[in-house]
Amino acid sequence: MYLMQFLALAGFLFCVGVYGVLARKNAVLVLMSIELILNSVNINLVALGVYRGFDQAIVGQVFSLFVIAVAAAEVGIGLAIVLLIYRNRASIDLSEADLMKG
Amino acid sequence: MVGENIAFGILALVMGLSAIRVVTTKNVVHAALYLVLVLAGVAGVFILLAAEFLAIVQILVYIGAIVVLFLFGIMLTRAPIGRVADLDNNQRGLGAVVALFLFGVLGWILYDGFGEARLPVREVARSGDVGVSIFSTFVIPFEVISVLLLAALVGAVVIARRD
Repeated sequence: MYLMQFLALAGFLFCVGVYGVLARKNAVLVLMSIELILNSVNINLVALGVYRGFDQAIVGQVFSLFVIAVAAAEVGIGLAIVLLIYRNRASIDLSEADLMKG
Repeated sequence: MVGENIAFGILALVMGLSAIRVVTTKNVVHAALYLVLVLAGVAGVFILLAAEFLAIVQILVYIGAIVVLFLFGIMLTRAPIGRVADLDNNQRGLGAVVALFLFGVLGWILYDGFGEARLPVREVARSGDVGVSIFSTFVIPFEVISVLLLAALVGAVVIARRD
């Protein structure tokens, strides 16, 4: 198998995630798009690790585990913030959350 | 070798279509369910890359915990269940242009660097190997991650608490 297959798949997921972050205005959907981006990064880490040989494959997997842990923390905090915004403004429309707009 | 490529093709097709549905569907709950398909596909790709421990962790943590958290978020924010037209902002065209441009640039650069690179025969990384690596070489990052998780837990409780 070519390394490029995995890199292309990861790149596609990354770009779909970027589109979701840019085009969605529901905060929960934006968080889901961020998950897409993080998963594409994980595929890249594992694939490039395998490409570099067995020792580096282990290192890639360990870093992927760290990314998964950080993603779990990020979703927890993100949803807490979304809940707080919903409680204060009764809406999670990101285009309305412009309190700090200059 | 052929079987691997067929499996990869099926996974890539399902993941690509589901990922597009995640960012375009009009139904918030459907977006979460399509996200499950993408995450399961990522687990399948990990298995193709001989990272079985990571595949199990992916299913446990992402599908088991994070998607449930998303569903709770949808429920608690009383997001409209069912089709709603009002989930996208007015920058869809620009977003699509940016994403396509990024995909072009990424694809070109990656093809330039790794276009002909073939993966070596995969040696299955057993859970023990991964564990030894975490607790010897990467023990300090591991501790930092555990403190980060604790801080995130406390922070989420403090942020979401009613007072």
